[in-house]
Amino acid sequence: MNLPIKFLPPLVWLVRVLVGAYPRWIGSVPSANQRIYFANHSSHMDTLVLWAALPHSLRANTRPVAARDYWGAGGIRQQIAQEELNVVMIDRAREDPDADPLDPLHEALTLGFSLIFFPEGTRQPQRLPGPFKSGLYRLAKAFPQVELIPVYLENLHRAMPKGTLLPVPIICTVSFGASLVLADGEEKDVFLERARTAVVALAGLDTVAA
Amino acid sequence: MTQQETFFAVLAALTVLLAAATALGTWLAGRTSDAVKLAWIGQMNMRIRAAWAIVLLFGIAFTVGGGALLMFFAVASFFALREFIALTPIRSSDHAALVLAFYVVIPVQYLLIAADWYAMYAVFIPVYVFLVLPVVMALRQDTEHYLVRIAKVQWGLMICVYCVSHAPAIVTLELPGFEGRGALLLLYFLLVVQMSDLLAVIASAAIGRTPLKSNPNKSREGVFAGGAAAVLLGTALFWMTPFAWWQAALMSLAIVVAGFMGGLVLTSVERSLGAKVWTDDGVLLTRGTLQRLDALTFAAPVFFHLALYFFAP
Repeated sequence: MNLPIKFLPPLVWLVRVLVGAYPRWIGSVPSANQRIYFANHSSHMDTLVLWAALPHSLRANTRPVAARDYWGAGGIRQQIAQEELNVVMIDRAREDPDADPLDPLHEALTLGFSLIFFPEGTRQPQRLPGPFKSGLYRLAKAFPQVELIPVYLENLHRAMPKGTLLPVPIICTVSFGASLVLADGEEKDVFLERARTAVVALAGLDTVAA
Repeated sequence: MTQQETFFAVLAALTVLLAAATALGTWLAGRTSDAVKLAWIGQMNMRIRAAWAIVLLFGIAFTVGGGALLMFFAVASFFALREFIALTPIRSSDHAALVLAFYVVIPVQYLLIAADWYAMYAVFIPVYVFLVLPVVMALRQDTEHYLVRIAKVQWGLMICVYCVSHAPAIVTLELPGFEGRGALLLLYFLLVVQMSDLLAVIASAAIGRTPLKSNPNKSREGVFAGGAAAVLLGTALFWMTPFAWWQAALMSLAIVVAGFMGGLVLTSVERSLGAKVWTDDGVLLTRGTLQRLDALTFAAPVFFHLALYFFAP
């Protein structure tokens, strides 16, 4: 059932008031090139915060990757995800064991969209990202022309820790780093570790003490 | 002159002055490419922009009504506290207390001021919040660094909410011969605070020799000269206030000294927490709010209480 109102603009505004979502571009600039923005995942607000930090002109062509089990569950969440954010649903639960969960992402990339992706696969409510799953490597291998931009979302694990209802306002800067390139013949684990280090490096740069 | 006429005259004069200052600032910035000069011109322009914000705010409050002033400062408190929380290491067990701080303490404090309930808003945060929030935090049974955590939360609320809220509280003062003109007094207060800061920066650039450790944009000589100039300005503006000229001089002195102390203390706090002082990105309210308000946080309660103590019947 779809309500005939748009929730996204007031949500973005609310996110800005609560956590700021201030973008900092270090080593890359906003551009219409096809990109995968990969970020650390620490709270439910991450997608909206990264979305709010992107310049308005880029948002139409950038689709967040969202877990079907959370965002496709129906109601307002699904309306925001599917109609307003235009997400790409990923099936984490692997309901169909034959299908590759990355297929919807492949499809979106082939159509020329940029993606917002969380390589940890699930929320890790801590300051630095945990180990990355293999999805990022496989996407990089299949689409070598897409720019891979590391993103660090600061402080969100502190705004809304597990089990809490209301977020505590705090300042969150969104740091976009220099793009990564998958080297020829680079091993999966080496690449994933390099990608993770790129995000961690952004955490240390010019941000307040944790 | 009625309050309306005085207000109009002051705002009009300020607009003209600020327009001239903005033109000068832009012209200066275009003329030089020396990095050091550009830095201090940038600082000056930032403060001119802040002064524009004050004029705009009063213009709006003037037309819409006093509630707008209160709303503005409530929003400023919110952003200042948000920034303070980002600076201080807090734990997830402090979540409940912080939720109360943002969503309950701020609205209650400002509603108390709106209701003009002085006896309550003067003690709400220093007494009741001071007693209750540590209990909320103790109930979580996480005692690691407990004292440091409760102290930080209380301090943040005192500076960002209690002190800042005393600025719009100036509007509620009913001083003899000046009833109902509190907004004018607030404007006077903000002018002296803002001018003291701006003049200190200008004087430091013009004559400064020993830069302050706490703020490299100001020098000891510049602060002294700027402060003196602000006191002179405050004295000259005595007609905006219920004070005689020598009383206005003393009040301005109190504002300038308290403002300087506020700047010193807040810079020390920010440095001790290892934060790089927020750079001026030209976004007026939401970033660097604490830095913008530092002088006001100390000056507002001091001015408020001095006016109340010496001038109210």
